[in-house]
Amino acid sequence: MSSEHAHAAGGEHKPHVLPLRIYLAVAAGLLSLTWLTVWVSYFDIGAFNVVVAMAVATIKASLVTLFFMHLKYDERFNALVFVSAFAFLSLFFVFTLADTARRGEVDPVERGIIQVVPESSIPHDAAGADSGHGSGDGH
Amino acid sequence: MTEHSPEFKHHVGHHFTDAEQEFNANKFGFWLFLATEVLMFGGLFVAYAVFSNLYPEMWAAASGHLDRIMGGSNTVVLIVSSLTMALAVRASQTDNRKATIVFLVCTLALAATFMVIKYFEYSAKFEHGLLPGQWYTPHGPDTPAQGNLFFGLYFMTTGLHGIHVLAGMVAISWLLRKAVKGQFSSRWYTPVEIVGLYWHLVDLVWIYLFPLYYLV
Repeated sequence: MSSEHAHAAGGEHKPHVLPLRIYLAVAAGLLSLTWLTVWVSYFDIGAFNVVVAMAVATIKASLVTLFFMHLKYDERFNALVFVSAFAFLSLFFVFTLADTARRGEVDPVERGIIQVVPESSIPHDAAGADSGHGSGDGH
Repeated sequence: MTEHSPEFKHHVGHHFTDAEQEFNANKFGFWLFLATEVLMFGGLFVAYAVFSNLYPEMWAAASGHLDRIMGGSNTVVLIVSSLTMALAVRASQTDNRKATIVFLVCTLALAATFMVIKYFEYSAKFEHGLLPGQWYTPHGPDTPAQGNLFFGLYFMTTGLHGIHVLAGMVAISWLLRKAVKGQFSSRWYTPVEIVGLYWHLVDLVWIYLFPLYYLV
């Protein structure tokens, strides 16, 4: 896409200037989607709250990267680099949650999972008994 | 009608074939950096997913203490600042020095507005003892007894994001200085482009951060 204007005469850089209305339309879209996501948050639709919020956020993020960051008109390789970061991030999510969200399903969890209460607010003997912050030891 | 200073001329580095290659190499390097930024913030978002999943009730009770009006206002501020930054890049691409300066000043002012709103938000949290980890001493209406984990992550994530906003303000001020000196032109505006990309990433992080912490 960008190759058609990439090599101008004498190797000078010729910017690819987008029309003003694209920027204004994208900003209007982002503001409307922000309003939408706040409005939806006032309704309790259970687990769908997260789904809707993340879907709207992803549409907004795509608008920002494609138009404000010019990724739509940029070298394809830059898009590959940026998108690959999200691919690796999703691996991070999947493997971590496959563990923490499913604890106790195969083997029962015998003790508290991860300490939430500050050490200082726990009675002394209880604090001593649970210091294994997810160390995975089988007591 | 090029308005850039006639005595300033950017010289293409000797290790580049031409200006086009230099521009593309600079931009590619910055996209690599942005990929590492995604992974850095990503760790905090993974932590969010793990703990919100383990303690859903605590999470809901604690996140109810964030002000979605303030958070929403900051979202609008950042989106508009992304627009003004994109317009600053466009102005430098079209040799419009005056517009470049005006849009950079707007972006800087909006970034400062974001930090002021953040300051009021943080102050309200400090006042009610809604602090991370061992400093969590909640006092106030309906403050959850065990919100320290939530507020630990809240301050880490918004704090890291806030540091990025401050760094962006330094970078935009640097651009402003160069723009006033008339160093940018349609032939060389690489710093504006690069700082622009950085600024949009700051917006991008907030686009996910805002609904997760303030709305869900």
